[in-house]
Amino acid sequence: MIPAAFDYVSPTSLDDALAALAEAGDDAKVLAGGQSLLPILRMRLNAPEKVVDLGRIEALRGIRDGGDHIAIGAMTPYSDVVTDALVQEHAGLLAKAVETVADPQIRHRGTVGGALVHADPAGDVGAPVLALDATMVVVGPGGERTVGAGEFFRDLFETAVGDGELLTEIRIPKHTGWGSAYEKFVRVSHQWSIVAVAATVRLEGGSIAEARVGLTNMGSTPLRASAVEQALVGKGLSDLESACAAAADGTNPPSDLNGDADYRRHLAAVLTRRAVQRAMGG
Amino acid sequence: MTAVDDRPTTEIGSARLRKEDQRLITGRTKWTDNIQLPGMVHLAMVRSPFAHARVSGIDTAEAKALPGVIAVLTGSDIADIQGLNITAWPITTDQKAPDHLPMVVDHVACAGEIVAVVAARSAAVARDAAELVDVDYEELPAVLDLKEAATDAVLAHPSLGTNKSAFWQLDSKAGGTGGDIEEAIATAREGGILIEREYRQQRLIPSFMEPRSTVVDPTGDQVVLWSSTQVPHLVRFGIAATTGLPESKIRVIAPDVGGGFGGKLQTTPEEFVTLAVARTLGKPCKYTETRSESMVSAHHGRDQWQKLTLAAEKDGTVTGLKVELMCDLGAYAGLVGGGVPVLGAWMFNSIYKFGAYQFNCTNYYTNKTWVDAYRGAGRPEATYAIERLMDELAAEVGVDPMEIRRKNWITHDEFPFASVAGMTYDSGDYEAATEKALGLFGYDELRAEQQRRRESGDPVQLGIGISTFTEMCGLAPSRVLGSLNYGAGGWESASIRMLTTGTVEVITGASAHGQGHETAWSQIVADRLGVPFENVEVLHGDTQIAPKGMDTYGSRSLVVGGEALVRAADKVIEKAKPLAAHMLEAGVDDLEFAAGRFTVKGTDKGIGLTDIALGIWTGHDYPEGLEPSIDADATFDPVNFSFPHGTHLCAMEVDTETGATTMRKYVCVDDIGTIINPLIVEGQVHGGLVQGIGQALWEGAEYDEQGTLVSGSFVDYTLPTAADTISFVTDHTTSPSTSNSLGTKGVGEAGTIASTPAVVNAIVDAVRHLGIDDIQMPCTPERVWKAIQSAGGTTDAAPVADAQAHFDEGAPNQDPAAGTTDGAGQ
Repeated sequence: MIPAAFDYVSPTSLDDALAALAEAGDDAKVLAGGQSLLPILRMRLNAPEKVVDLGRIEALRGIRDGGDHIAIGAMTPYSDVVTDALVQEHAGLLAKAVETVADPQIRHRGTVGGALVHADPAGDVGAPVLALDATMVVVGPGGERTVGAGEFFRDLFETAVGDGELLTEIRIPKHTGWGSAYEKFVRVSHQWSIVAVAATVRLEGGSIAEARVGLTNMGSTPLRASAVEQALVGKGLSDLESACAAAADGTNPPSDLNGDADYRRHLAAVLTRRAVQRAMGG
Repeated sequence: MTAVDDRPTTEIGSARLRKEDQRLITGRTKWTDNIQLPGMVHLAMVRSPFAHARVSGIDTAEAKALPGVIAVLTGSDIADIQGLNITAWPITTDQKAPDHLPMVVDHVACAGEIVAVVAARSAAVARDAAELVDVDYEELPAVLDLKEAATDAVLAHPSLGTNKSAFWQLDSKAGGTGGDIEEAIATAREGGILIEREYRQQRLIPSFMEPRSTVVDPTGDQVVLWSSTQVPHLVRFGIAATTGLPESKIRVIAPDVGGGFGGKLQTTPEEFVTLAVARTLGKPCKYTETRSESMVSAHHGRDQWQKLTLAAEKDGTVTGLKVELMCDLGAYAGLVGGGVPVLGAWMFNSIYKFGAYQFNCTNYYTNKTWVDAYRGAGRPEATYAIERLMDELAAEVGVDPMEIRRKNWITHDEFPFASVAGMTYDSGDYEAATEKALGLFGYDELRAEQQRRRESGDPVQLGIGISTFTEMCGLAPSRVLGSLNYGAGGWESASIRMLTTGTVEVITGASAHGQGHETAWSQIVADRLGVPFENVEVLHGDTQIAPKGMDTYGSRSLVVGGEALVRAADKVIEKAKPLAAHMLEAGVDDLEFAAGRFTVKGTDKGIGLTDIALGIWTGHDYPEGLEPSIDADATFDPVNFSFPHGTHLCAMEVDTETGATTMRKYVCVDDIGTIINPLIVEGQVHGGLVQGIGQALWEGAEYDEQGTLVSGSFVDYTLPTAADTISFVTDHTTSPSTSNSLGTKGVGEAGTIASTPAVVNAIVDAVRHLGIDDIQMPCTPERVWKAIQSAGGTTDAAPVADAQAHFDEGAPNQDPAAGTTDGAGQ
């Protein structure tokens, strides 16, 4: 498992990283935690001319309180997100989803930003970020811009981050007091999600005032189940079934060794109900 | 038959930590890939991506031009010296077997076959150059499905004229060990019960921890080959028999080896190619496979269709069993190859008293990776079939599945028992193991809970699975192997060297690859010779140090090799005795030996064995006519197999909404005879269980229609980890074996053999009330859920046709190169 030869740079500042990317043009790959990129390189499924390693840019790491939101540096490893008090309090859904990623070793190397830009629809970060209405901060030669999570995921392995740009921060509006759950369906624990559902709810008097639901691996991008979110408003623990039944409507999930598309659609409905139930404390 | 020795022991039975663990667990040891030799060259293989093809041309110019490349060799370059990968067991004298060339010359019969090799100054350059080798393939139609192979519509090897390798039968009437199977079936069809089923043993990948690696040093008079193998002695034989190198010029070393599970019971193309390149270049060469290469090119396991007919009386008394196997050998007959399914011939009848029995096995070639031994080899397949059938019979009769077993099993007072398949079971007590297991399991409570869940329509149903298994292990009596047309013997050897300063070297022909031989052998010798455990050094895995051996597989090392060791130890004592008498100025008959000392009866005069070793090394004073040595060798050839057994009980929860299965409880009580080291046994049982459970729930090698292995990485071949299993309850009963003096039976494969049907029986039991009587392995949530949806029949929800690998290039939703993203890693 030896990758093809490539040039390697490890800038220590964002400006240097952008300069390195600009110089390399189309032939560069950005290395974040490397948990997807390295297998791809080692299996020679891709052979970039240059790898730009963001690992030494301290400014891209860490989680801070941004007032109405929490801001997560793109290079923050999963393991920091899982244990962070700010995340747990204001974006519990993200902590719960990230906790299920692969195994402890991978969670210590893999980064939230890396996963988002890699945009594997079976990854566990996209659905909660979508459900939590996060905003992505993207920096490029033309300066900084923000992209809403809803516009971020374009297609399979394709995001709003363009050539020469970098994702630097994920801003998540505070969902303080919301209940949350991530229902991940796998056959073995270290596996990519076959299907997973991210749900977070705000309750008023035992019934749902607001709900947010994201789906993992139900299409070429993470998906937001908006119809389910609306149908859930006003519902209590005992009458979730019908609201969640439509979770897979309009989705186009893959068929593979773990299940065909129809089975995934069925799972999505069941898991949505369970996720909402658990998010409600049921 | 050998009487079991009941002399008191202190080491045997002690749960010592393993001597070898520190170096094996830290990796600070001599794995083959750790070996560095002066001037060593690194190899990379060019492998066929096609399942069936003719190689019409290979252009190596660009690869050769890469700086650092020393040579690029093709099959025709090494044709004269590459040798053959041999089959030790042609199951019939007219078995059809294509020559298995280590490197293809012009015909590729499965994806992953080696078509060229690059030798370079570094592994990286070798890999880069391998990418530049341009091979022209003319693709041929490939036969991938076992049942299609049987029709001969497409041939895996056109030159063979058929896909059928051989047919082998065991018939109780013809062999005089039982009645007429057709008669039993006819009788049952009229007035009894016939259970007719077809089960699938899916293809598995052994998944040893250390990928295979070979280093060859051709410099000097002798060629030395290090390899991550279970069978250094068989590799040496294979090389000598097929490459033209004299056996005396070949030294094969298996240094520390990181697991095998049968997957390294092979002479491999990679070993032979590395040898051929080293001889051609005259330089030391190393080849270490990647995991991806390992999964497609190291042999696979299992892969059979089982057509089964069980005849019984109305009350559930079994009368006959007919087994018809179709087995997929893949592209070639491996070292044991076609013999693997045949090893099941004596085990389908298991612990039950069938009056008539017939076993039929037909082996076929396909254009898939070759299939050979995988933990249990033939016996898991048999155990799965019979234990699933006994549950089906119980359901048909309408009794608890344990009742149907009790009704039919051999009782403890019937041993030794002559089975309908012609084996003599040495010892056992199925009642005792079962009683103990039922108690540990809480069988009645779990049955009550199952009933409650059924009645309340709980979305999570509970099922209980039973597997009362036996197996034959300790391969094997050489005469039996000879009668089966096997090409080698089943004996094992041991030597003991009494060193001058009080320590003892033990040499065993069994070649450990993680089992703990060094610890167990030391315990046996410490007890036998009365020397401290720490003073015993066990040497193995080198044909120059341990020149005679049949290696490690088939749960044979302890029951065969351990007995050889005992006999060598006894010879040491016998040889030392006249020397002791001489030194003590006493008569031989007046001496007794205990705790490492000879003493003169009734006196306090005595001498230690290690003192005798020092005395005889000086050779200053010993009786005339005796040789000045107390070292000894022994070779043991068993007269019978040993037959461990056990009762395994498994409770599975089935989520009927998703098809997900969760193990709730697993209890096993194994009877493996005398236990040398309980800790090692515990490790073997736990690991074995997980591998058997892996077949039931998770593992399966899947190919697409082009013959590409879809489950070609651990992303898609879902190998369980500790996180996926529960804490097992294990215990033992003890019926010492009568085929060796230690009373031991094999334990290396027991857990794997027993657990698979226990798990599947539990899953089927959980949903049987819904009208389900089978779910194909691996019992994926999708299969379970679909079975529930279409309740009333069996399921065959194989997702193979539309299967896609996670990293499969070009597949929808999975192609990492398809995106235009910056592609930062996760």
